Amino acid sequence: MTHSQSVLAGDRLALARLLTQVENNAPDGRIALTELFPHTGKAHLIGVTGAPGTGKSSLVNQLALHYRKTQNKRVAIIAVDPSSPFTGGAVLGDRVRMRDLAGDPAVFIRSMATRGSLGGLAQSTAAMSQVFDAAGFDLVIIETVGAGQSEVDVARLAHTTLVVEAPGLGDDIQAIKAGILEIADILVINKADRPGVENTEKALKSMLDLAHPAARVFQHHGQAMPTIAPVQDSSSAPMWIPPIQRTVATEGRGIAELAESIARHAAHLTHSGDWALRERARLEVELDALIRETLVNQFMEDISQSQYDAALEKIIQRNLSPWDAVKLLMNGRSK
Amino acid sequence: MTEKKIRVLVAKPGLDGHDRGAKVVARALRDAGMEVIYTGLRQTPEMIAEAALQEDVDVVGLSILSGAHMALTPRVMELLKANGQTHVRVFIGGIIPDEDLDRLKEMGVAGVFGPGASTEDIIRDVRMAAAG
Repeated sequence: MTHSQSVLAGDRLALARLLTQVENNAPDGRIALTELFPHTGKAHLIGVTGAPGTGKSSLVNQLALHYRKTQNKRVAIIAVDPSSPFTGGAVLGDRVRMRDLAGDPAVFIRSMATRGSLGGLAQSTAAMSQVFDAAGFDLVIIETVGAGQSEVDVARLAHTTLVVEAPGLGDDIQAIKAGILEIADILVINKADRPGVENTEKALKSMLDLAHPAARVFQHHGQAMPTIAPVQDSSSAPMWIPPIQRTVATEGRGIAELAESIARHAAHLTHSGDWALRERARLEVELDALIRETLVNQFMEDISQSQYDAALEKIIQRNLSPWDAVKLLMNGRSK
Repeated sequence: MTEKKIRVLVAKPGLDGHDRGAKVVARALRDAGMEVIYTGLRQTPEMIAEAALQEDVDVVGLSILSGAHMALTPRVMELLKANGQTHVRVFIGGIIPDEDLDRLKEMGVAGVFGPGASTEDIIRDVRMAAAG
């Protein structure tokens, strides 16, 4: 049996090993990914993002528990934490909040470090979610690093993006800034038993009221690319207005309602045709990233270290601009 | 582009609540460039073996200050083996009496670190164990 066949057959050790190979961008991992690719495209990818300390891990824990108890769905969790910019090391601590899920063979939790990626995810998070998708997990929950204002990559990967807020974290000016709140398909106010929850909800509501219902677009190749299908019949495809959901994850409160919202969002995506468009956008982003990576690698292989060092030295001496250096290196490629 | 990071699970099995040592070690391994999965207090051997499998770690570090190391350690080792995780090396940190050291080594424990162990020694031994 090949490695990818073992993964398809439900071998958890093979799955764990493959995730490592994919994370390390190893050649074996790429072979298996290619074999598994036809089996992907079935899972519902749910992104969970928000500032550090808003309770993302606890929320993911409760959501997964809910799906296990009420719907018997297989749940994979990818929990991303930051790598140190200095040593490359990381402490991955999201499992601490997910101990309720231990012992359930239909749940698979994998922690990963960002390894230098900005944007809230690691470079191979998308590929790892494909592995889980192929391995037959119905839901893949992707928890980003504690995000600030612009770690929005998860919205390009997930079908449904939850942005988790907590009372007392910011005023209504924070709420109208561009960035993380814009990517929310569902806004969650966790720790809703804390004082200030009314103000937080009010700020988020007014943010939503101010927004003209605009189609979700991504900047792509310098162009804005809508991810919502052109509306043929406006009554059958209403614009999705992100609901605001209050939860207290540590006590499991509001989780059933949140799961309902997620299901409603999935149904909306399917009916509006947005699901297919998001899939398209996601795969396009992935293809672009791969092209870029392959070209850069090829380029670096083609030029010698001494050529590169010489160019860098000239730049440092201010004898050559970085733009001219690139031109020089591109022209001087050995083949 | 292939980059092999050392992945370490730091776990506290059993019932004692003293996790300062485990956190110091986790931090030291992080600063040595490793990826440390920290699972928190009061883990059962089953939870530890399962986490080690899902995270595909190279090394498991158990922090035990309750005196239950002779019961907990063999159970973790057994479960790792049962899961096919034979390549995973296990270290123990905590209060371990000298007379138990030989039997722990016989079980296949890669190293034992008591009070006063330097983080440099821990990092060096973990690196060596992960290299195989």
